Amino acid sequence: MAFYHALQVEEERCIGCSRCMKICPTEAIRIHGGKAAIQEHRCIDCGKCYEVCPAQSISIKDDDFEMFRRYPHSVALLPAVFMGQFPDEISVSKVYATLYELGFAHVMEVESAASIYRDVKEKYAREHTDIRPLISSFCPAIVRLIQIKYPSLTENIMPIKVPLDISAMYALQELLSRGIPREEIGLFYITPCAAKVSAVKAPVGEEKSIIDGVINMNMLFNRVYKQIKDNGKNHQYPPLTRQRLSADAILSTLTNGERRICTAKRSYSIDGIENVMDFLDKLENDEVEGVEFLELRACDQSCAGALLSCDNRFLCGERMYARARKAAERERNGEMPRDREMEKYKEYLVENAFVDEVQPRSMLILDEDRKKAFEKMEKIEKMKEHLPQIDCGVCGAPTCEAFATDVVCGQADLHQCVFYRLHLEAKGKMTLHEGRTNMYSVWGDDRISGEIEV
Amino acid sequence: MHQEYTVIEGDFVNAGKASSSVKKTLKQLNVNPQVVKRVVVALYEAEVNAIAHAYGGKVIVDIDPDKIKMVVADKGPGIPDIALAMQEGYSTARPEVRDMGFGAGMGLPNMQKNVDKMNVTSEVGVGTTVEMEVNFQ
Repeated sequence: MAFYHALQVEEERCIGCSRCMKICPTEAIRIHGGKAAIQEHRCIDCGKCYEVCPAQSISIKDDDFEMFRRYPHSVALLPAVFMGQFPDEISVSKVYATLYELGFAHVMEVESAASIYRDVKEKYAREHTDIRPLISSFCPAIVRLIQIKYPSLTENIMPIKVPLDISAMYALQELLSRGIPREEIGLFYITPCAAKVSAVKAPVGEEKSIIDGVINMNMLFNRVYKQIKDNGKNHQYPPLTRQRLSADAILSTLTNGERRICTAKRSYSIDGIENVMDFLDKLENDEVEGVEFLELRACDQSCAGALLSCDNRFLCGERMYARARKAAERERNGEMPRDREMEKYKEYLVENAFVDEVQPRSMLILDEDRKKAFEKMEKIEKMKEHLPQIDCGVCGAPTCEAFATDVVCGQADLHQCVFYRLHLEAKGKMTLHEGRTNMYSVWGDDRISGEIEV
Repeated sequence: MHQEYTVIEGDFVNAGKASSSVKKTLKQLNVNPQVVKRVVVALYEAEVNAIAHAYGGKVIVDIDPDKIKMVVADKGPGIPDIALAMQEGYSTARPEVRDMGFGAGMGLPNMQKNVDKMNVTSEVGVGTTVEMEVNFQ
């Protein structure tokens, strides 16, 4: 079965430097013919490779930006972090107005569904007291991480749609209720990361998402920012009425955003994929007791540090805090009616917010047949004894262990190991020419050129 | 497949090394995740026991396609009354060990609950050996 992932290597740009291979937390990258290749069954779209690539050769699949114009009722579904990208002098209202100028018929921030999302989670927690800890479904990279690496914990993931899906359902219902036919409605999610693209294109726990397309957040940022600059200082933006986000909603995408408003007695919020893996290792061993709720996010500083965030994660985060403080003040002054629009559909949204249970799809299994898996494992163990165990990566795999696994599973040739090759060459069992051919197969034939004068 | 690990007295920092390594192996062998969990919980408990109550010891693991055998052998004070030690809540852990969150007297019973076969032999003043077996099917 093929697994969808949104990160892809642009081969013509890739310089085969292997930085991505070494940083990938799920060991999903190998080097072949001088280019990085992503193994789809291991990739969780966390984007570590995207961040580390010096040649900008990792890209995120998205839809054609102009696609939304085909729909008379196009809806831009924005993550709240989008507003955090803009410098202070550009107000949220100005961004909204500019999006309308660019041609979107409707604009809404997906976090407007944050309170419904929280209610659904609380309901699930009440109805499933036998499952603890409950793990938030919010971060799609984390959901995939658990599926492939922590299969025993998939049942702890709450099978609940995230604010993005809930707000999309709301937008759709609202427009349909105005008598607009479905084919005229285009729901477009502005994505801050690769994992959310996969969550839309290949959702976990449901057949198909209702969202019609995704637009990369940094690209939309460029368009909006340029439009505002082109408009100049004296441009009159039309006054508009829009839904205001509550402080809770604005903060919900940041670290601690879900935890601070959950009712669990003991809970943790953990950001950064390495930190999450460290914790899940312990959790799987039953070393952590009494935890009721876990908010786990793949990115450092959660969505403020998302891949397609254009600004520094801390600057973006602080702007969101500033916005939340203003919202909280308005709430205290009673200026903000609480999400009355969405409340109309609350019953429908809550009812439709549940998805199927998350299924494991372990990447670690050597063979479905345990006897065969066992044989392979014995071979791997034996091979490891002869490998240098320095994880140099010259074989095109991130570690000696990963390499041994690849060899046993028929995905690599033992002669790719430079140490083993040297050993064979010294014994006269391999010619220099053969050795070089093996090197080329991994790194391409243009790596070694001429002598160096020192 | 044979694996051996050394457990050092009082080294709580490294508790769980053996169980983590075994966990990875079993996942690769396509053992049911819930069975993996039982193995890991039992072995971790046994590791902590050897660290907390004894003067260290050895973890010996043998895996074949159908089952896993785990032997945790420690050099330590031994258990005078094994039947009593198998009761929930019974503990001889020192207060400082309890302060670290260990020694609630759930160790042996919890191990028993999670494995298919368990055998405890002990000699006072010499040490304790816990043998456990879990079938994969």
